[in-house]
Amino acid sequence: MAAIGAKTRWALIDIVVVVYALVPVLWIVSLSFKTKETLTDGNFVPRSWTLQNYVDIFNTTVFLRALVNSIGIALIATAIAVVLGTMAAYAIARLDFPGKQALVGVSLLIAMFPQVSLVSPLFEMERGLGLFDTWPGLILPYITFALPLAIYTLSAFFREIPWELEKAAKMDGATPAQAFRRVIAPLAAPGVFTTAILVFIFCWNDFLFAISLTSTEASRTVPAALSFFTGSSQFEDPTGTISAAAVVITVPIILFVLFFQRRIVAGLTSGAVKG
Amino acid sequence: MAEIVLDKVTKRYPDGALAVSDVDIQIADGEFIILVGPSGCGKSTTLNMIAGLEDISAGELRIDGERVNERAPKDRDIAMVFQSYALYPHMSVRENMAFPLRLAKVDKATVTRKVEEAARILDLTQHLDRKPGNLSGGQRQRVAMGRAIVRNPKAFLMDEPLSNLDAKLRVQMRTSVSKLQKRLGTTTVYVTHDQTEAMTLGDRVVVMRGGHVQQIGSPQFLYEQPANLFVAGFIGSPSMNFLPATLENSELHTPLGAIPLTDRVRRLAEAANAPREVIIGLRPEHFEDATLLDDNEKSRGGTFNATVDVLESMGSDKFAYFTVEGETATSAELDELAADAGSADLTDGGAQIITRLSAASQATEGAETTIWFDADKLQMFDPSDGRNLTYTE
Repeated sequence: MAAIGAKTRWALIDIVVVVYALVPVLWIVSLSFKTKETLTDGNFVPRSWTLQNYVDIFNTTVFLRALVNSIGIALIATAIAVVLGTMAAYAIARLDFPGKQALVGVSLLIAMFPQVSLVSPLFEMERGLGLFDTWPGLILPYITFALPLAIYTLSAFFREIPWELEKAAKMDGATPAQAFRRVIAPLAAPGVFTTAILVFIFCWNDFLFAISLTSTEASRTVPAALSFFTGSSQFEDPTGTISAAAVVITVPIILFVLFFQRRIVAGLTSGAVKG
Repeated sequence: MAEIVLDKVTKRYPDGALAVSDVDIQIADGEFIILVGPSGCGKSTTLNMIAGLEDISAGELRIDGERVNERAPKDRDIAMVFQSYALYPHMSVRENMAFPLRLAKVDKATVTRKVEEAARILDLTQHLDRKPGNLSGGQRQRVAMGRAIVRNPKAFLMDEPLSNLDAKLRVQMRTSVSKLQKRLGTTTVYVTHDQTEAMTLGDRVVVMRGGHVQQIGSPQFLYEQPANLFVAGFIGSPSMNFLPATLENSELHTPLGAIPLTDRVRRLAEAANAPREVIIGLRPEHFEDATLLDDNEKSRGGTFNATVDVLESMGSDKFAYFTVEGETATSAELDELAADAGSADLTDGGAQIITRLSAASQATEGAETTIWFDADKLQMFDPSDGRNLTYTE
């Protein structure tokens, strides 16, 4: 009886958490399917369904252009941050070099630094350097703020890989590069995937830099572009289209995570050492 | 197939700690040599220096007469079996064993042939396509061996390869390691902290302590003629019994009573210039239940009476434990051995004596028994530096 009681209690807690997390998301999904007339009727399930909002956003160049910017900027920033992060994390996990503690400390400092306080100086600097409203103008700060995250996650993964595997590879005749490529890298792959997803989500979701460091369609990403959405006339409420756009940019992330979930699962190194 | 020579090899860490000091070992082609000692004695560091995984601070390492100090591990043509096996978890057993060959750019047909041959020797044929994660400890150990033997290296280095196996499997694997080495005839350096493994496997055993070689010799020689207190206490299970003694007028005054020196012992002790205070050592098998011996045999040694604390019957023998009143033998070597065995604070009043009596002995726990010991087998040590005063080449 006690077991059933405990199970029910846990089930209730689980439901509360899931509902709390999902209601706002479902609300936006619901809004995106509502017609203009029923938008404010307060029903959770739309009374009349429409796909007009989705058709509308894909008919505007604003959204499509922003989507291209978002994908491009997030992918490039993720790739660079993960490559740099992998190298830095490998060094931190494996080597003893002077200034190692300082490096870890500084990267922690960057992660803790309030980004808002950097927006104005960055704005001035980027205008001075001609980076304002360009792709590199967003990619650079994204890499800066994603690197600590990448280094931390990846060095945790590298620490999990037994060092003896590398020694064994050396004894088996591998050069350091071969040992990294054929033994360490395949084992670190889940860590690299996890980090890539986290960094990608960070870049994809950023609003602060996107709104402050861009001014035109040339580099404005979706989160920023959404705030500039208007209806077809000035007096029209854009809630429906904003909701639709929000749904559209959330879907790739969800698919991405679901698709790579199996690869993220840890425990790939089981069987390497001990019995 | 190679001869390995360590010529005054030394390892000093950047912080000044001396891990291995002036080690001289000459390993003949095809020899099975064991490095043994308590943890921290430098045996693994020595092995890693032979492998090339650690730099040599001073001295020279020669393989087949060539200096290899500066060569990377991959250019030394040596295979190593790690304590943790260090199998590549993302590769199947076949790929694990083929890895060294593929790095050496051996053609595919040869790789397949060699891997299958090694798998047959190690009885791994039906597991070739499994991942290490799905194998038992013993099977993983065999895969690690397979990865080492597959490319016919000049030498095998083994770093406590059996210490992760359970006791029964360890004995079984010990025999197969020995057979495999005989069959392949490859020079092998084997590190262990287990003196039983050292005694049973090696052609020769190197006993190390605190980065220094204590003694090199065949297992039997080390057992019978330990160079010092440390080797005497480390080799043998149960270990040698040590008692303090005073040497006076060709007689030893010990907690077991006065022991007259036999001719052999007296001659050696005089030649070694023995001090007054010594430590005597007696192996458990040099004791016997006095009631089982005739007078002629008894006259070759001494007897003492003591109460049996614990009696362990092994079937073939009986181990009887006694506590002998009086001082216990103390020296730096013995303290270190006790610390390594984890028995440093177990000594409670009096010296503990372990004896191996024949199965016919009627000794019972708690009863007083007369025990005879062979005075001619006695070894005498100098407490100040631990050297064996009765040592003969």
